[in-house]
Amino acid sequence: MTTITEPSGSDSTGAFKLSMLLNDTRYRALTFQFIALVAIIAAMAFIGGNLVRNLAEAGLNISYDFLGTQAGYDINQQPIPFESTDTHGRAAIVGLMNTLIVAFLACVSATVIGVIAGVLRLSPNWLVRKIMSFYVEIFRNVPVLIWILIIFSVLINATPSPRDFRGENPAASMWFFDSFAITNRGMYMPKPEFGPGAWFVVLAFVASIIGIFALRRYARNELFDKGRVVPILWPSVALFFVPVILVQLIMGSPISLEYPALKGFNFQGGMGLRGSLIALWFALAIYTGAFIAENVRAGILAVSKGQTEAAGALGMRPGRIMSLVVLPQALRVIIPPLISQYLNITKNSSLAIAVGYMDLTGTLGGITLLQTGRAIEAVLMLMMFYLIISLGISFFMNIYNNAMKLKER
Amino acid sequence: MKKSVFFGALTVAGLMAGASAAATLDDVKARGSLNCGVTTGVPGFAEPDADGVWKGFDVAVCRAVAAAVLGDGSAVTFVPTTGKTRFTALASGEIDMLARNTTWTFSRDVDLKFEFVGVNYYDGQGFMVPAELGVSSATELDGATVCIQTGTTTELNLADFFRSNGMSYEPVPIETGAEAVQQFTAGACDVYTTDRSALAAQRANFDTPSDYVVLPEIVSKEPLGPLVRHGDNEWGDIVRWTLNALITAEELGVTAANAGDIAGSSNNPEVKRLLGAEGSLGEMLGLDAEWAKRAIMVEGNYGEVFENNIGEGTQIALPRGVNAKWTDGGLIYSPPFR
Repeated sequence: MTTITEPSGSDSTGAFKLSMLLNDTRYRALTFQFIALVAIIAAMAFIGGNLVRNLAEAGLNISYDFLGTQAGYDINQQPIPFESTDTHGRAAIVGLMNTLIVAFLACVSATVIGVIAGVLRLSPNWLVRKIMSFYVEIFRNVPVLIWILIIFSVLINATPSPRDFRGENPAASMWFFDSFAITNRGMYMPKPEFGPGAWFVVLAFVASIIGIFALRRYARNELFDKGRVVPILWPSVALFFVPVILVQLIMGSPISLEYPALKGFNFQGGMGLRGSLIALWFALAIYTGAFIAENVRAGILAVSKGQTEAAGALGMRPGRIMSLVVLPQALRVIIPPLISQYLNITKNSSLAIAVGYMDLTGTLGGITLLQTGRAIEAVLMLMMFYLIISLGISFFMNIYNNAMKLKER
Repeated sequence: MKKSVFFGALTVAGLMAGASAAATLDDVKARGSLNCGVTTGVPGFAEPDADGVWKGFDVAVCRAVAAAVLGDGSAVTFVPTTGKTRFTALASGEIDMLARNTTWTFSRDVDLKFEFVGVNYYDGQGFMVPAELGVSSATELDGATVCIQTGTTTELNLADFFRSNGMSYEPVPIETGAEAVQQFTAGACDVYTTDRSALAAQRANFDTPSDYVVLPEIVSKEPLGPLVRHGDNEWGDIVRWTLNALITAEELGVTAANAGDIAGSSNNPEVKRLLGAEGSLGEMLGLDAEWAKRAIMVEGNYGEVFENNIGEGTQIALPRGVNAKWTDGGLIYSPPFR
């Protein structure tokens, strides 16, 4: 619209007439846009007014006071402590954190699964190629809710229940020197206990991570400046484990492990991953991984074959061609649809209640909504939360996308 | 100017829509069928049989109302609702009444703007555990994993019970009773808690019911009954007095078999009033004189409905207990028909 220049003042025929709104191409677009805007506002006002009027007729009002009242129910997975005497608002926050936890876990693992499957779908090996296309077609063509339910019911039916671990001759036993237990309630593993002096160990750990990055930088500079290949893998592994273990031993084991043990109805102590979280996480990851695999395949195919051949002519090994030549260029094609897949994971995580995982939809959009009857308020809040999460993911992924995209100089 | 006319028209249309929504009786008559919300399936209370025909204790209330209003006990469209969808369905007008093991509570009556028309089953929340756990009391359940139907009063009672006894537990919220039972029998939870009537009903459907025990504790009061929306008192009266007619019929000995002719032979004026041979009770309700007779003739009086669906002769085998009529020491009581 700014490109339209105003008719010059000296020309008397340029005076504005009302009919020009329709007949003059300079104004017609504006007229239609204005009409469309008014129509949209009117439609929204009608819907909103209808809602308010019907609520008033039913004697109801819009109020968010319920967020401050006592929730009265319990939540199984609590990233922050939650009692049934806490408020509905806090319950919503706990649910939000549970949503973020499962969304994050699923996004990371779906990406790993997707990249591996996508690369292998183009493998020259017939069997590997076919297995991967079988995986992709099976998983992306069955609704994710079905996968969540299948995986959950396999989990609760195929694994032993905690009481099978009991008795003289138990039907099930723990793994790895009685430290891991897999039951139909979830997975239990040892939890690190931080004693006095533990921060020395943590410090050593942080230092070795920094050391690994320094080593990699050094190796790259050596390669680029002098053409000398410095080994990275084994020194990195050594740097990761050796200092931490040494400090741990020198300080007299300040970090100990708390083992899970069968007490009462279930395993107590240690760390537990609930079956509902595992099922949801796994189902979302493996389902979305199939879509990401196709994105990755599309991205790789978008890189000209000449690049691969040129790299091959330079004598690079296939693995290095993929990681150094093809994938960096393919990322430009992969990232934009990848953002959509991350958004899908976050939104699909709202199916959590199917396995009893108490996410945002389970607490705010489920129990809170039902116990308070504040459906409209709760659903509006729910929409707002998901919108914020999704926009946040889009924002950060777009930053990454801009960093990765082709820079023209 | 034009805009204000447009909005004025919209407002009028909206007001008219609002006014017509209030007269549920007219809507039901015009539609020719009653939209009745029931559970997605609790044996004995509401469940489709092998032919797909809904049967059960709560279903009988729907059929009685349909017979009273429309003259046909089969003119009911059953709308299965979950604990989550039931109130929205009723508030939005998708269903005309809800007969679905729904507990009468203060906040549902006052805050959610519903009208409970009576109680057709006095229940209480109980716990069911596998017999092999060797638990004999709910106070031994510290640390247990508990399956609950989400969106019900049981969820809150459960939290209260464990808190007041200083015990911890792990809640597993589940959408429908059927899913909860599936997880419970697979051993994903140690305890299944809901109303004792539903526990008995689900247990009767297990392969080996004796492998599971219902613990003796009753941790809450759960008066279950049909409900309608606030604001349409005429419709509320019809549902309330249809339920009362079934209860009164049991007291007076009016059954499905004799309701057709007892009005002529009986000397009891209340029987005559109930069945429309005397007085004008039906007219006051906006129905015809024989409304209660038709309601009773569908599936019988309260006692018959109880015995045929959930009584001791059935698989569910619930004793009458507190749900006996008041003259037998129970709580089932109807105001008089006069």
